[in-house]
Amino acid sequence: MAILSVKKLTKSFGGLTAVANLNLELNQGELVGLIGPNGAGKTTVFNLLTGVYEPSSGTIVLETEDRRRELQGQKPYNICKAGLARTFQNIRLFRDLTVLDNVRIAMHQNANYGLLSGLLHLPSYRKEEERLKKESYEFLRITKLDSKANELAKNLSYGEQRHLEIARALATKPVLLLLDEPAAGMNPAETAQLTQLIKWIRKEFHLTILLIEHDMSLVMKICERIYVLDYGMLIAEGTPEEIKSNKRVIKAYLGEDVSNAGD
Amino acid sequence: MKKRMTGLTPLRKWLVLIFTFAIVQLLIQLNIINDYLQATIATIFINIILAVSLNLITGFTGQFSLGHAGFMSIGAYVCGLTLLRIPTIGGFLAGLLTGAVLAAIVGFLVGLPTLRLRGDYLAIATLGMSEIIRIVFINLEITNGAAGLSGIPRFTNWAFLYIFAVGTILLISNFLKSTHGRACISIREDEIAAEAMGINTTKYKVTAFTIGAFCAGIAGALYASYFYYLNPNTFGFLKSIDVLVIVVLGGMGSLSGSVLAAILLAIISTILQDFSDLRMVIYAFLLIIIMIFRPQGLMGSKEITFKVFRNLGGLLSARKGGK
Repeated sequence: MAILSVKKLTKSFGGLTAVANLNLELNQGELVGLIGPNGAGKTTVFNLLTGVYEPSSGTIVLETEDRRRELQGQKPYNICKAGLARTFQNIRLFRDLTVLDNVRIAMHQNANYGLLSGLLHLPSYRKEEERLKKESYEFLRITKLDSKANELAKNLSYGEQRHLEIARALATKPVLLLLDEPAAGMNPAETAQLTQLIKWIRKEFHLTILLIEHDMSLVMKICERIYVLDYGMLIAEGTPEEIKSNKRVIKAYLGEDVSNAGD
Repeated sequence: MKKRMTGLTPLRKWLVLIFTFAIVQLLIQLNIINDYLQATIATIFINIILAVSLNLITGFTGQFSLGHAGFMSIGAYVCGLTLLRIPTIGGFLAGLLTGAVLAAIVGFLVGLPTLRLRGDYLAIATLGMSEIIRIVFINLEITNGAAGLSGIPRFTNWAFLYIFAVGTILLISNFLKSTHGRACISIREDEIAAEAMGINTTKYKVTAFTIGAFCAGIAGALYASYFYYLNPNTFGFLKSIDVLVIVVLGGMGSLSGSVLAAILLAIISTILQDFSDLRMVIYAFLLIIIMIFRPQGLMGSKEITFKVFRNLGGLLSARKGGK
């Protein structure tokens, strides 16, 4: 079953077409890679899917067991509510807040008490806050950050910040997770650890994952299918094996001359 | 051991609050705190309410507002007009509540369109809003125009000042510890990330703005019934700046900083009474000095909590034990 189907998605900024006629389909439980050279439009695709940009045309449909929703033109918080969560390429944590608060904020739509209860700290507030804290700690344990719950997010190491982004995205309880270069700036050991984490959360939370990544060893190792984007257009789609030997992909990454020389 | 970590128990917290109230009340009864000092205390507590509520909007939610005097004036005029017709304590409380609710409604209506603006644009829009309110009060017949209202009976006393100031602080600090408050703080930290985490940013900006306006309305009502006299020009641009100075000086994102700064500024201007000509120059100079050496404000984003009292208590008993 296709959980996400993107049809003819287009985004133009003035005269520049950043994404053109993109068709994507993700099946329930799949782990799919989205790759392409710098400036190919990968992050723009993420921004379109999560409502940061409004598409110029095209449709985005999220279909879960109980509901079918059209996401194009929706506000980001409604898209999050529908079950789409993301991490950011250029880490966007709440830097001056604690690690715990970063996760607790992501659990906002999950908090079941009203404004009045929050203002007066009524019993429902105490009960719910207790639960939120407990659940937040679980997400922190998964990403091995529970011992740093009370540190400020900005004081974490780079790798830890990337992990916190994942914990925060998980706390919104998504069905589809978009990871934007989760391994950027990590050393091989950290990348290996991250690979394990991604595999594990996918199984544990029954997630469908779409992943942008430049680290090809990571992409080839964990993705079941890969989409390749160049100049905003889809140039290839297939299994890692197929992508590795695809001429257009090699050309896009290495340039015309190299692929000719190889012939 | 665990209990010690959580600070004072609620019961002790209330005891500290009641004790503070009782001491000042006693000093007023014994006339050690004279009329002049009482007026200073009234100014301080009204400023605390204003600064703490503006801090919610500007320091915690990150929305730069210059319209606080406008909300204050709504509370002041509604309460003033009510008191001129019903000069009883019931009239005072009814006027105070109506004024605060009306200020909140105006805050809500103004907030909906303007809070889509950011930074300096929002500041200009809120400044414009506050000026419009002032000009409405100058031109209305019922508010007696530029001459203002006079002879408003005094019901604001130490008890009301204390109850409403402490109430405002408790309400806002409770709010900030709730999921709604955290949603507001996340907007200040990173609006795009907040939206991606499912937070309706417009809703929470408007919520903070409305709560802030409500409290400013209370402050206005207390002002009206303490100083007998209301004039639209009291609530001009400079009043909003005064409040902003307290917030910035105390620390954006620190409630106790706002309290501290409101007290400190009142003390400084009281001391400076003796240097009438140079008063404003020295005042401005002191502000510049403080901002050079503490650009993050007196408290930064830290808070003094009831733990201070506990620590003091701990220190004293440790000394006794040492002897």
